[in-house]
Amino acid sequence: MNNDEGGPNDPVHNGWNPPSAKLDGLRETLNHLILTSDGRFQLFCGALAFSAVAIFAWVVGYLIEGAFPVLDSMGYKFFTGSTWSFDQGIFGALPFIGGTLYTSAVAMMIAVPISVGIAIFISEIAPKWIGTPLGFLVEMLAAVPSVVFGIWGIFTLRGFMRDQVEPFLQGSLGFLPFFEGRTFGIDKLSAAVILAIMIIPTISAISRDALKAVPTSQKEAALALGATRYEMVGTIALSYARSGIFGAAVLGLGRAVGETMAVTMVIGNVNSFSWSLLDPGQTLSSLIAANWWEAPSGTVQQSALIGVGLVLFVLMLAINVVGRILLSRVTKVGRVRVE
Amino acid sequence: MNSKGFRKRMIKDRLATVAAVACVIAALVPLVSILVDVLIKGLPQFSFEFLTGTIPPPGSDEVGGIGPAIVGTLAAIGIGSLIGIPIGIVSGIFVSEYGDNLFGRTVRFVMDVLAGFPSIIIGIFAYLVLVVSLGGPNAFAGGLALSIIMLPVVARTTEEALKLVPTSLREASLSLGVSRSATIRTVVLSNGKPGIITGIMLSIARITGESAPLLLTVGWTAFYPTTLSQPMASMPVLIYQFAISPFDNWHDLAWGASAFLILLVLGLNITVRIIAHGGRHLFKRRR
Repeated sequence: MNNDEGGPNDPVHNGWNPPSAKLDGLRETLNHLILTSDGRFQLFCGALAFSAVAIFAWVVGYLIEGAFPVLDSMGYKFFTGSTWSFDQGIFGALPFIGGTLYTSAVAMMIAVPISVGIAIFISEIAPKWIGTPLGFLVEMLAAVPSVVFGIWGIFTLRGFMRDQVEPFLQGSLGFLPFFEGRTFGIDKLSAAVILAIMIIPTISAISRDALKAVPTSQKEAALALGATRYEMVGTIALSYARSGIFGAAVLGLGRAVGETMAVTMVIGNVNSFSWSLLDPGQTLSSLIAANWWEAPSGTVQQSALIGVGLVLFVLMLAINVVGRILLSRVTKVGRVRVE
Repeated sequence: MNSKGFRKRMIKDRLATVAAVACVIAALVPLVSILVDVLIKGLPQFSFEFLTGTIPPPGSDEVGGIGPAIVGTLAAIGIGSLIGIPIGIVSGIFVSEYGDNLFGRTVRFVMDVLAGFPSIIIGIFAYLVLVVSLGGPNAFAGGLALSIIMLPVVARTTEEALKLVPTSLREASLSLGVSRSATIRTVVLSNGKPGIITGIMLSIARITGESAPLLLTVGWTAFYPTTLSQPMASMPVLIYQFAISPFDNWHDLAWGASAFLILLVLGLNITVRIIAHGGRHLFKRRR
């Protein structure tokens, strides 16, 4: 902040000013910040605003420091190994990276089409007096706490999946490796369904914003040329809003990847990976939540869980940054609501 | 005009409409199912004993209650709010009023990233900072985690509320010779107050349901806490522990706590909308 070596591109200190002028400018700024009440207020606000940056750096620092012992003992095998044993001290996080990506991908396959359908219905089809309350209801889904999704998953969704959905899937698609095994209801498929329900509000709300940003003149032109509403949405609206919807999906993915409690409660907590959706599994976050208190602080076991948190952090950061860049580039909805 | 082709197109159009309606129903069915479930199984638990009693042993006939969990949740939310709300508001003021530079944009970007953090990572952080140093699970660690989660929510809503304050008001104040900081503290803040209060309520609604960070930081006990530096029960953790337990009396308590939690969170969310839109546009989406 108090960098007084203004480079050649610095407009204030460009070229001809003698060094003393630079110092004068700096002194003036500092005087303003420290000596006037106006400046002190600005300094105070800036200092507290800096706390967000400090917390961010602090969290990253603690994660790396905490993960260091396990990275030291396991090396790159921490990321590529597929054995995880607390007792033997062998930690390979690959099954959980796989479990996270797999359940999130299945959740996306369910959630994205439904969310886009909702967005189209609310912005293009429904009259306003139906559309706005519907949008409100779908957003209420986002306010339901994660543990409540979890308890609903255990006692209601589980039975439905075990008795209806999974026997049906096995009956019709049982030859695929994705639907092998017993129909038990506590498995990756249930986790993916819960994740899908949880990210539908995010994806549909942002998709709706993207659809609303499509110029009305474009839609009217298509309708005036004789296109049906379906053709108008398919050719004009969706292609116009495509990047926004893609960004919405990426942000939804970010939520799915970080989601913890509901998944922990229905995924079955088995520390291995299998391609069958009907087998129990484990994600990065559910592993941490289910095992945290079994790893005393300072042990390599806890370091391994922190390392898993670090992997989750990197994954989440990559997804979020990509999603935000996509959104801010193509639409005005880049700053997505926080809740 | 080829009327057969036209009819085909119309049928396609209708089918697409039906598909869109089906998508809406697919999202509403879980919502309704959750609400019905929670209210039918949870509301009958409500009683004075339920709200104030201590947590009963597993499988016993004792009715018991979730009193300690309510106290623990309130303690964690209180500590989180005491830290998160002031810092969030001041950060929002900075980004909105002084943030038109590299530092301001950096803060805004970091806030966005912080808002997208998986809450369990914030839980790990709070554990490493406060549980390790205080020698065991405690309410302060939970409060710290919750404050980090609410910080970006408060900052963002404050920023947006202040940006809606008309520039003409600021200019009028400045032209009367009022200093910039005094303008912000009086004119801008008082005009942005409704938006800021909305943001505070939203952030409290958000952290009320947070479970993963509390699971990692405040621990568990069946009794009323006497100090803030000891393990505490909290409602989200209670729901988690009791839902995965095999005991029927604990399941009942978990449903009761779920009903309590969901009424609280949905109530806050709906109140926010009524305040934000003066009741006229209850269903209008906030930005």
